[in-house]
Amino acid sequence: MDRHVLSVFVRNQYGVLARISSMFRRRGFNIDSLTVGETENPEYSRMTVTFNGDDVVKNQIIRQLAKMPDVECLTELEKAESVSRELVLVKIKNSKESRQDIMSVVDIFRAKVVDYGTEAMIVEITGESSKIDAFIDLVEEFGIIEVCRTGIVALKRGNGSILNEN
Amino acid sequence: MKLSGAEILVRTLIEQGVDVVFGYPGGQVINIYDRLYEHQDDIKHILVAHEQGASHAADGYARTTGKVGVCIATSGPGATNLVTGIATAYLDSVPMVAITGNVSNDLIGRDSFQEVDITGITMPITKHNFFVNKVSKLADTIREAFRLAKSGRPGPVLVDIPKDVQVALFDYEPEAVVEPMPKIPPKAHKIENAIKLINEAKKPYIYCGGGTISSGASEEVKALAEKIDAVIGCSLMGISAIENSNERFLGMQGMHGHFASSMAQHNADLIITVGARFSDRATGNKAKYAPNAKIIHIDTDKAEIDKNIIAHLGICSDIKMALCEIIEGVDKAEHPEWIQTVKDFRDEEMKHLPVSDKMNPYNIIKVINECKTDDMPVATDVGQHQMWSAQFCEFGKPRKFVSSGGLGTMGFGLGAAIGSAVGTGGKSILVTGDGSFGMCLNELATAASYNIPVVIVIMNNGVLGMVRQWQTLFFNKHYSNTVLDRKTDFVRLAQAFGVMGYRCTEMEDFRETMKTAIETDGPVLIECFIDKDEMVLPMLPPGGSMDDIIVERVGD
Repeated sequence: MDRHVLSVFVRNQYGVLARISSMFRRRGFNIDSLTVGETENPEYSRMTVTFNGDDVVKNQIIRQLAKMPDVECLTELEKAESVSRELVLVKIKNSKESRQDIMSVVDIFRAKVVDYGTEAMIVEITGESSKIDAFIDLVEEFGIIEVCRTGIVALKRGNGSILNEN
Repeated sequence: MKLSGAEILVRTLIEQGVDVVFGYPGGQVINIYDRLYEHQDDIKHILVAHEQGASHAADGYARTTGKVGVCIATSGPGATNLVTGIATAYLDSVPMVAITGNVSNDLIGRDSFQEVDITGITMPITKHNFFVNKVSKLADTIREAFRLAKSGRPGPVLVDIPKDVQVALFDYEPEAVVEPMPKIPPKAHKIENAIKLINEAKKPYIYCGGGTISSGASEEVKALAEKIDAVIGCSLMGISAIENSNERFLGMQGMHGHFASSMAQHNADLIITVGARFSDRATGNKAKYAPNAKIIHIDTDKAEIDKNIIAHLGICSDIKMALCEIIEGVDKAEHPEWIQTVKDFRDEEMKHLPVSDKMNPYNIIKVINECKTDDMPVATDVGQHQMWSAQFCEFGKPRKFVSSGGLGTMGFGLGAAIGSAVGTGGKSILVTGDGSFGMCLNELATAASYNIPVVIVIMNNGVLGMVRQWQTLFFNKHYSNTVLDRKTDFVRLAQAFGVMGYRCTEMEDFRETMKTAIETDGPVLIECFIDKDEMVLPMLPPGGSMDDIIVERVGD
């Protein structure tokens, strides 16, 4: 069971997100995260899909996606050949006793405090999912009030684009 | 010149070669019906009794002609009534365009009267669907719908058109009939591998599915079988791809398949799968499926390869193109031992055929075979009569067996038989059961109104036979809700609809009635009584393998 990241270039049409997520649901594919946003071309959106599965599952997901009329092209982003990032906002309990410890974790992870109050603060951190997981683990002891993760966005390294390479 | 959206729609349908549509009017398609009235000389509209009948009729039309079937319904309940028919077409890869009206754009999302999110509802059961929010996009969207419906692996496409778009004005320029997307040729190394596997095989079996029919590859399958000395079997959807008179053809395999066909598949060392998808009904227990066989899987839909069964070699390609290249490259071979083994399976199968001359499913279908011509499609509903038809009906040409394979839709048959008759311009036969027929018999009204020559043969056993068979075999004869204690008089029912009705209790009587029915111009219903304990055999128990096959009734 490996983690896979797919980048999917889709036509920016009515209902495209529902269409694609509906396909995942009805075929029983378990998705870890799905992000979607506009691209350099307003006619297209890019979806980044991450999931765990063996090669049979991965190939089924790729083939089921590839045959959808709204999907222009897609590519698997191998870890070594791509850059992937996730952004997360973590609201942490603040207190006199824990403040210094929280700030040092924030410093070490090069995170940013974006909202501050005497009883809570919001920290923004960007990075690979493993880094974010580690950060969340570390601040757990101070008391997490809530977390919001964006899911992964990723691009292939190098000069090309998904459109001219696929 | 500016035209209304409704006018643009009807003109685009005519432009795309649509000669008949099946539908039912309503508030949000009234503008479209106004234009259909205007263009009635160019496009015929068949008014059905219920929108479900329209979708099944469009399906039957498409299966028998290979053209795109078209149905129209109004918003809300009209649209939802199409859903079963759309899902049926989707599961069996039938090209269809379903057009629905919807409330005006400004009323969308407000739970307006007869508003329903039909694009949302049909998302998982269409190849694609469209909500046309602007009249400027209408003509091109309809063209795209036709292109998608008939490209690659065919399927249904729904186009939802709000009322204001039907009223709004826009330019219209006629265009040519859209071409399907280019066919995918096979990759050279895949063909090389296929040739190698075939040349090594000693016991080749060709497994045809519906893709063989939709790609028009029947001749290529036969030519390949001839060259490599293979036998041929098929899935339910592959029935009629190969004529029954072909001595290499063993018939349907699978849960209720022919003994010889299922056994040959089980014992083969190579299965060449042509446009089939290894449904659970076709394979039984997948872990024990064809244990000694290598599998070549040819399909135009890449997602089918390795979906249900992992193939040794998957070829994503137009089926006909792949077969042509394989035929060209393989060595001519002879496998007399294999052919003898299969012949022994066949002899074994013949021993289990019913020998009685009383009225039973086998004899009824034999008479239908005697009376029909190769040009007459046979539609079925779903259940025991469907399996008996699949086993015993004989065909001489492709596209003549019209049956809901994937979805298993009871109530499919009458609408589909009507669509088949309209599409082929001739007579069609419906083999049905009293349970299935009871679901959508209102379409008798349609058959009567248009004098559509459908011969309806009801095998009446007074029970829901297929479920009852399972209850007999696997549920201790707990006949829960499968005994139809109904008082329906099908002959008088037919007459009430304006359809000729007959009742037969003896085979000789049925033979004469069937001959009369075939010669009658218009719909005829014939009710035949069969024993409620008749079973469809052989049977692979659900999840079972060939080791578990039931060929005879025992221990009653």
